[in-house]
Amino acid sequence: MNTSAPQLRTGFFRQSLLVSGLFVLGLVVVNFVFFKPGTVAVVLLSGLYQGMLFFLVAAGMSIVFGLLDVLNLAQGSFFMLGAYSGFAIYGALPEGTPVEVRFVAALAGATLFGGAVGAAVEVGLLRPLYARPVFQIVLTFGLGTAVNELVRALYGPAGLVPIQKPAALNTTFSVLGGQFEMYRAFIITVGFALMVSISLLLQRTRLGIVIRAGVQDSEMVQALGINIRRIFTLVFMLGTAVAALGGMTAAPFLGAYPAMGGEFLITAVIVIVIGGMSSYEGTAIASVLVGLTRATAEQISLQYLNTPIMASVSILIFMVVVLLVRPTGLFGRE
Amino acid sequence: MSSLLRVEAVHTFIGQLHILQGVTVEVPANSITALLGRNGAGKTTTLRTIMGLTPPARGVIHCMGQAIHGRRPYEIAQLGLGYVPDYRAVFRQLTVEENLKVAERRKGDLDRKKQFIFEIFPDLERLYKWPGGQLSGGQQQMLAIARALVAENRLLLIDEPSEGLAPVIVEHMMKAIRRLSDQLAVLLVEQNFLVASQLADRYVIVEDGRSVHWGLMADLLKDQALITKYLGAA
Repeated sequence: MNTSAPQLRTGFFRQSLLVSGLFVLGLVVVNFVFFKPGTVAVVLLSGLYQGMLFFLVAAGMSIVFGLLDVLNLAQGSFFMLGAYSGFAIYGALPEGTPVEVRFVAALAGATLFGGAVGAAVEVGLLRPLYARPVFQIVLTFGLGTAVNELVRALYGPAGLVPIQKPAALNTTFSVLGGQFEMYRAFIITVGFALMVSISLLLQRTRLGIVIRAGVQDSEMVQALGINIRRIFTLVFMLGTAVAALGGMTAAPFLGAYPAMGGEFLITAVIVIVIGGMSSYEGTAIASVLVGLTRATAEQISLQYLNTPIMASVSILIFMVVVLLVRPTGLFGRE
Repeated sequence: MSSLLRVEAVHTFIGQLHILQGVTVEVPANSITALLGRNGAGKTTTLRTIMGLTPPARGVIHCMGQAIHGRRPYEIAQLGLGYVPDYRAVFRQLTVEENLKVAERRKGDLDRKKQFIFEIFPDLERLYKWPGGQLSGGQQQMLAIARALVAENRLLLIDEPSEGLAPVIVEHMMKAIRRLSDQLAVLLVEQNFLVASQLADRYVIVEDGRSVHWGLMADLLKDQALITKYLGAA
């Protein structure tokens, strides 16, 4: 190891981290100004919980955008498909199957289903259109809409009642006097585990190196003898699988309903813009920031206006503030 | 078939533009062939056409006994072709090590070739953990060539290796390329005629998308009229 080597993490990266850290600090301070300690803990955890769900949708979108130059506007629908396919698997298992088994099968099945549909979409629909990026955006948008309508037609507009959670996750615990659902802590854990796993995949494996190289110059990667189309398919598939896993992870808490995809898609796009488009680190950190902002604004407006109305507005305001400070997003270049 | 690479009467379009209008190039094994010609003559496009990055509309390209025109770039590379583009295409966010790692075609390629690469470009050993984006122009050029050496390649296509480099570095680069030609064939695009004439055994002159003259470099050097006509100076 050469210790004198300059870090990959250049001054720019450290500056981005600093700016992000200041935003987090600001949000925590706002929390302590407005709420009692017990509420602060719950709001911060709730922010993390929301942030992790945004991350699960946005992660795949941002890596796919970097590598394939496609903004996959169908990603929210994969989130929703994850919830519905998970519920279907949960319900289809024979009578007497323990809840824990059903739950794990639903998570695994939703992930596989999301990945399989994603791979089919990339190979069948996106691949013929790589020469025409604008068509691809329209295509993913149309696909998302079609999937939403299909689910609405098959399962009805009202959505499905949340499935029963495993007993161990169906409790609450107290932090600093506030109560927090164990299941939401489980979602935070899943999201964080995936955040770290994807980061390790990108930094430590050969596939990750090829992906990062492809984000910069996919033509050169091909000229080195790598079948970049296979990498495209694989990355798209991984992205949709993670989104579907996210949907199924959220579903026992949120239920499954046709509009959930659209709701999460919009926030995921905001997250990606705040993070700086194709930067993975940016997306991860922006997810948490957006979650914290949303949870804080939600609590403030509940406390003073008796309605959570500020939650959605707050992240738009947050985006504007970030873009004023950093026009390319927190970790975006040029 | 004695040539490693044979490009015959190739035509290439980029969009509506008819860039190559009949280029023929032969590269024998263990030799250096230089593509000469003015800016915009079609030298870079010839290399890109061989790699399949701008596939030919007409003509045939044979490499190691196989027809490669119409194949995908990665398939062509896997036959044993290494490509070093004029913009070097170093992956700036990746370390030198990772840049080389991307070029592996079989597991362990880099471990097998590392010593050889460090012998030719000793600087890269010191810079192994550095991000590609922080290397100087000359170091990036070395990395780009080194990257083409990681896999078992038999032919290197090198575009403008001396461009924008200091004379000392160019000297070093020339030595390295000459040394490589002991074991593999090189097709070189070079604006600097002095560099090209010292390196190459053979030449092909490209003019307005056509190959108009070819032969041994030693013969070209005797023909001042030809040099002046097609290459202007020197």
